[in-house]
Amino acid sequence: MHRPTLTQPTQSASRIAQLFRRGDHWLWLCGGALGLTVLLITGLLLLVVANGFTYFWPYKITAVDRADGTKLMGVVTATQPAVKETPAQTQLRVGNRELNNFDFIWVPTVQLTNFHQPPDAVQIERQENGDFIGFLQRVEVKGQTVASGDAAWTKLHELQPGARALAAQAKAIQRDGIGAVNARMQRAKLRLRSAQLKAPTGAAIDPLLKASVETEVAALQSDYDKLRAVSGELVARSIEAQAVLRTIDGQEKTIPLASIVRAFRPNTMSLVEKFGHYLSRAADFVTGEPRESNTEGGVFPAIFGTVMMTLIMSVVVTPFGVIAAFYLREYAKQGLIVRLVRIAINNLAGVPSIVFGVFGLGFFVYFVGGGIDQVFFPERLPAPTFGTGGILWASLTLALLTVPVVIVATEESIAAVPRGAREGSLALGASKFQTIFNIVLPASVPGILTGVILAMARGAGEVAPLMITGVVKLAPELPLDGSYPFFHLDRKFMHLGFHIYDVGFQSPNIEAAKPMVFTTTLLLISIVVFLNLFAIGLRDRIRRKYQTGAF
Amino acid sequence: MPGREAARPAATALPPKIRVRGLDLFYGAKQALHAVALDIAEKKVTAFIGPSGCGKSTLLRCFNRMNDLVDGVRIRGEVLLGGQDIHAPNLDVIELRKRVGMVFQKSNPFPKSIYENVAYGLRVAGVSQKAALDGVVEKSLRGAALWDEVKDRLHESALGLSGGQQQRLCIARAVAVEPDVILMDEPCSALDPIATAKVEELIHELKKQFTIVIVTHNMQQAARCSDQTAFFYLGKLIEYAETRTIFMNPANAQTEAYVSGRFG
Ligand SMILES: Nc1ncnc2c1ncn2[C@@H]1O[C@H](COP(=O)(O)OP(=O)(O)OP(=O)(O)O)[C@@H](O)[C@H]1O
Ligand SMILES: [Mg+2]
Repeated sequence: MHRPTLTQPTQSASRIAQLFRRGDHWLWLCGGALGLTVLLITGLLLLVVANGFTYFWPYKITAVDRADGTKLMGVVTATQPAVKETPAQTQLRVGNRELNNFDFIWVPTVQLTNFHQPPDAVQIERQENGDFIGFLQRVEVKGQTVASGDAAWTKLHELQPGARALAAQAKAIQRDGIGAVNARMQRAKLRLRSAQLKAPTGAAIDPLLKASVETEVAALQSDYDKLRAVSGELVARSIEAQAVLRTIDGQEKTIPLASIVRAFRPNTMSLVEKFGHYLSRAADFVTGEPRESNTEGGVFPAIFGTVMMTLIMSVVVTPFGVIAAFYLREYAKQGLIVRLVRIAINNLAGVPSIVFGVFGLGFFVYFVGGGIDQVFFPERLPAPTFGTGGILWASLTLALLTVPVVIVATEESIAAVPRGAREGSLALGASKFQTIFNIVLPASVPGILTGVILAMARGAGEVAPLMITGVVKLAPELPLDGSYPFFHLDRKFMHLGFHIYDVGFQSPNIEAAKPMVFTTTLLLISIVVFLNLFAIGLRDRIRRKYQTGAF
Repeated sequence: MPGREAARPAATALPPKIRVRGLDLFYGAKQALHAVALDIAEKKVTAFIGPSGCGKSTLLRCFNRMNDLVDGVRIRGEVLLGGQDIHAPNLDVIELRKRVGMVFQKSNPFPKSIYENVAYGLRVAGVSQKAALDGVVEKSLRGAALWDEVKDRLHESALGLSGGQQQRLCIARAVAVEPDVILMDEPCSALDPIATAKVEELIHELKKQFTIVIVTHNMQQAARCSDQTAFFYLGKLIEYAETRTIFMNPANAQTEAYVSGRFG
């Protein structure tokens, strides 16, 4: 008889063998990979958060003497240790772009002496030309000095709100009042042109119509002139009050109070004041309009465009994807063709997004949009209405891009609906359609929403296809506003993703724009997270409602 | 040998509710039913017994054409419901399923309220007046001996009910459309003895109104509830007779072995 004997391998060999037998090495590998991924994501978020969150903080202003006798004053933004021949350097944000031609300056640290922080150093956030850093001399109204020395600082804060209010009023008249008059004038002219187009060739158009349009245009023209006069006067009044400032090297600079967004003395601000300043700037960033070719001011139009585009996309992609998935799974005869269609759908998700952009441009913008213009807006041609990029076409392009995600998710969730539920409904005499509509669809809503969430996350972050289907650097009007017909789906729009690209890589003043890139990125991430959380919350509520049986 | 002549228990007063003749069923190439022929009496409880995989569920699902949902099923032979061929091309499957209700092994209440579960069959048939629905819901729940337990929570989710209550809800749901026949495929297999007793009691009540066909693996249950019993083995109907006869005095040796627990 043969008895199996237990061989005694060396201790370590047996241990390794045991390790492999138990699969511990796989466990370690999987754990390690997961850990690395988490680390990378955390690192990414930390980088963005750390850079994005500090953008609004009022850092202290430092004045220094240079070796050549000149003086510099600004915020120390970076230092660089000596590398081989290059000596250690210090970067200062000195502002005063219109005087210096630069905001930032690198200086070898050895040349700098006498670092100090003058308590009365003033930093001024302006409508134009970036920040001013210097000292306040006096405040003038209509050329007369009304306050100087310490009183000037108080006076500045006293007069500034009034001046800004006047400027804002002037701006409102220019944008809303004059804008509306312009739009009406445009419409009157279009009426004439459309009558011209409809009239048989050669025939003169109705003189009555022509006369009425002409009187209307004349009336509007006089309205326009009046509004111009009013706004011009407001502007003139708003710039009556001015602050006279001095830079560290003695140049004088006059700034109208109306173009001062904020004036502050970071060297004497308490922590509470700094927080207040921080919050007020953050609020302006989220709710304000961009200034200075997007490198200053807020990003509200971009937030608005991003959210609205994502929502339009979701509204379009959801029914399309769901209907397609139901057809594929429930009605189409399963066979070679359906298999091919499925493969095509899955591959569609991997097509580079710019390809979708090109398709959107060719199909939606030129073909569909051009067709709409021919039929509905012939009087405006050759100026396109829908035949150019706009939020609708961008949203549709993204819907096309994300529809595979929704189809796949929906198909999966349909397949996961328990057979019992379906059979229970059919056995009660429900038709196939009734069963799908009453039982299968509600039960697959959580899965469908998962697909929509993924689609939204993908769509909100996509930039390339938008660049050729309707995103612009600066859109004068939002795609949703108070003027008829409220939804202006033909309008071009701004988008945070494109904004990041534009500010970071296309702006003339890249150094100044850098922190804004991170802040905008942080905002984009937050918005995507927020939209997702909203959809996840919705899904969980529905899931709780439709949880399937105890068995 | 069961062939084209009907297997039929001795005395049935009424004409048969369901009449099966020479029924062959194939899942693809695999034959699951071989020349089954039997008559099911009206307003009686007929039990199908037999070892697992012998085709009880398959036959049951023929009666309301649930097998239509399975890909690659082929059926030969005829099934008459009240004299009408259920495979006739002009027959409306939806109408058939309204006349032949079904209760499944796994209770499958819809993820809706108790009320909506019971009203479902009527709603899909186009009834929407609240008064009519209310009446039917109450009557069906009483009929399924569930009313007293759920009358205060009609609009809560049916998924909050216990397993036994869920199964009785499924019975109420089937009863609500007033079918002629109720098919039950192992309705108690997931229930505890007390819930099982309740369902069995219910079956007794229901047979006054409905023709019931029940599949069960529980010999005592078949003996307690049914009037007739059919024994299947490997897709063939082996013996079909009065329940008493099947259990006390079976004609076939295999039947005897099965009911006495010696194989299966
Ligand atoms: N959808 C299907 N496709 C292929 N074969 C099937 C299918 N359903 C059932 N069968 C086969 O048909 C035969 C009969 O199955 P059926 O479900 O009717 O048995 P059963 O008597 O109800 O068994 P159980 O007591 O376990 O429920 C079995 O061999 C089974 O494998
Ligand atoms: Mg079965």
